[in-house]
Amino acid sequence: MSSMRIDNGRVIDPASGFDQTASVFLRDGIVAGIGVEAPPNFPEDAQRLDATGLVVAPGFVDLHAHLREPGFDHAESLETGGLAAAAGGFTTVCCMPDTKPVNDNPAITRYIIERARDAAVHVRPIGAISKGMLGEDVAAIGSMREAGAVAISDDGAPVMNARLMRRAMELASDFGMPVITDCEDDNLSRGGVMHEGLTSLRMGLRGIPALAEDLMTFRDIELARTTGAQLHIAHLSTAKSLEFVKRAREEGMRVTCEVCVHHLALSDEHVQYDGNYKIKPPLRSTTDMEALRTGIQEGVISAIATDHQPHAGSDKMQEFDQCPFGILGFETAFALSLETLYHQKLVTLPQLLALFTCGPAQVLGLTSGTLREGALADLVLLDINRWWQYDVNQSFSKSRNSPFHGRYFQGRVLTTIVEGDVVWQSP
Amino acid sequence: MTGLLGIAPLSREELEQILHRSRDFQTPSNEPSPRTESLRGKLVVNVFFEPSTRTRVSFEIAAKRLGADVVSITASGSSVSKGESLVDTLNTLGAMRPHAIVMRHQASGAPHFLARHLPTPIINAGDGQHEHPTQALLDARTILDHRDSLENLRVVIIGDLAHSRVARSNIHLLSKFGAEIILCGPSPLLPAGMADLAPGVRIERDVPRAIHGADVIMMLRVQLERQHESNFSATEYFQFYGLRLEHLALASDNVLVMHPGPINRGREIASEVADSTRSVILNQVENGVAVRMAVLERYSR
Repeated sequence: MSSMRIDNGRVIDPASGFDQTASVFLRDGIVAGIGVEAPPNFPEDAQRLDATGLVVAPGFVDLHAHLREPGFDHAESLETGGLAAAAGGFTTVCCMPDTKPVNDNPAITRYIIERARDAAVHVRPIGAISKGMLGEDVAAIGSMREAGAVAISDDGAPVMNARLMRRAMELASDFGMPVITDCEDDNLSRGGVMHEGLTSLRMGLRGIPALAEDLMTFRDIELARTTGAQLHIAHLSTAKSLEFVKRAREEGMRVTCEVCVHHLALSDEHVQYDGNYKIKPPLRSTTDMEALRTGIQEGVISAIATDHQPHAGSDKMQEFDQCPFGILGFETAFALSLETLYHQKLVTLPQLLALFTCGPAQVLGLTSGTLREGALADLVLLDINRWWQYDVNQSFSKSRNSPFHGRYFQGRVLTTIVEGDVVWQSP
Repeated sequence: MTGLLGIAPLSREELEQILHRSRDFQTPSNEPSPRTESLRGKLVVNVFFEPSTRTRVSFEIAAKRLGADVVSITASGSSVSKGESLVDTLNTLGAMRPHAIVMRHQASGAPHFLARHLPTPIINAGDGQHEHPTQALLDARTILDHRDSLENLRVVIIGDLAHSRVARSNIHLLSKFGAEIILCGPSPLLPAGMADLAPGVRIERDVPRAIHGADVIMMLRVQLERQHESNFSATEYFQFYGLRLEHLALASDNVLVMHPGPINRGREIASEVADSTRSVILNQVENGVAVRMAVLERYSR
């Protein structure tokens, strides 16, 4: 039985509003207490970490990642993805079902959970909405729930058939399963490779209109209203979709959304025919980007997600038209968020940390993302001022598709602890 | 960045220098073509991932008249058709140590991608729907053969602008020289946002109104191969956006009619117009060599 105390840090637990210099006491993989005094019977010989000048916070929760296993192990595995997540401060990662085979039944869900026991972080699988993510028949929602899936989503293959989506939401509502939707009207977006706007016109690249996202956001909110399903909008990227979510929330609906940090930090003007900027939803206009930042400040957005999407070796080394969508996210998400939101004084540190911890945890009803007594001892030590340079070639991920290679960031995850064990320690 | 990737990044001065130099390479009638030895001993590789006759031949002639060794590769005749990736193909070409690579590719930005990975100067001979800089230069050269200046000229560009790299390069070039640019075409082929591509550009949907008082009419080829959906029947297209003889009366007296070729007669331009005295289409082709000589001379390593 191991125990550890982390002393002298600024302890921030957004879930409880705790924010002061204190010690955190960990015992047997559980948070035994926070405060100046050790809890009763806490071992005198506990390992001590000195967190002077550092921030101690709950481990991060990512609602949106692609870990590629099973089926695409050449791009990522639960092991490598887990290590990359840990290096980014994540201690819980929800993985999308677009594996091969697709996670559309309890056998695959259990397989992922079993394989992830050895991973550095907690992996929580998301099941598919439709069988094979083909958008034709509803997947085994109830039994995936029983097997441990935390939500359903056809992320990457939006459900175009509104009738199927309605049926899936009805069942999800019955089983208490949150529905995560990737809002994109495929007829409007097909062939597009970047945000439709002046930049795409200038570059001669086919556009993906904001409209393609907005129509589906609207549809899914109305379907959720009809069915009573709990709806979470994945990687929301437009001002208009944010308005829809804001209105639904004001009406008291169980509708939440996440944004990806790259949509907060980059716009379509950054796309210079470099495949590492080819993302779906695409990097939007600066107006959209500004609206998302405001949405963060106003509390409309519940979580910042990575949409970590590894692509193997040469897949991104192609013509912009040809290369696949998606970029790595784990190792840069927090630092980029600090730069974009905190160092720009748009949010306080507890506000930002909430978007990485209790915010996402509450969306899916996860018990992680807090330092309250009795919670799993998942936490991070952060130096929010330290400068460092991201070298993607040192990444734990098997893939190298990051637009942030070589970039200097202010603020770094120094230590990541999962159930009381240090799983990442920065050099 | 070495090479010539597009018109947009260039200054008016650079463009003027190229246009000026290209005059030295124009062929006076009944005289042998001008030649230089300025690229003697140098290797120019033409890589065409898309079918092209006039541009490829024009670059070949230009390179030869400059004394360069020139090799042309087309996608169908190379390992590209064996599934080799663009990067591999280009690394192979790079190993041949060319002094310039002239590249045409169906993907917008392919030359920019290449330029990031190779030290060799890349000359863009047309990338997807993005730019075709030497076409805009030869169009400007052709206009300047008939007019003193591009400034304040009223230039109408008609047709499928959304899919046209020729249009984009021309818009950038003409705008830098202070021309008045009127774009004309149906909304699916001419999104309203294109008026914001450069200063001095506006959109007019009606052909007769667009042509009114025009000094230059540039017709664009209907690029069936680039449209992902069919928006227009051929008949309807010609009825509303085709250039017919009666239109020319609306333009200025000595209007120039241009077309980057290949022409679809009866699809976007009536035969009588293409062959009329107002047409400078063949001058364009001729100027292609002169302009490309100036470009190769300037940008080769």
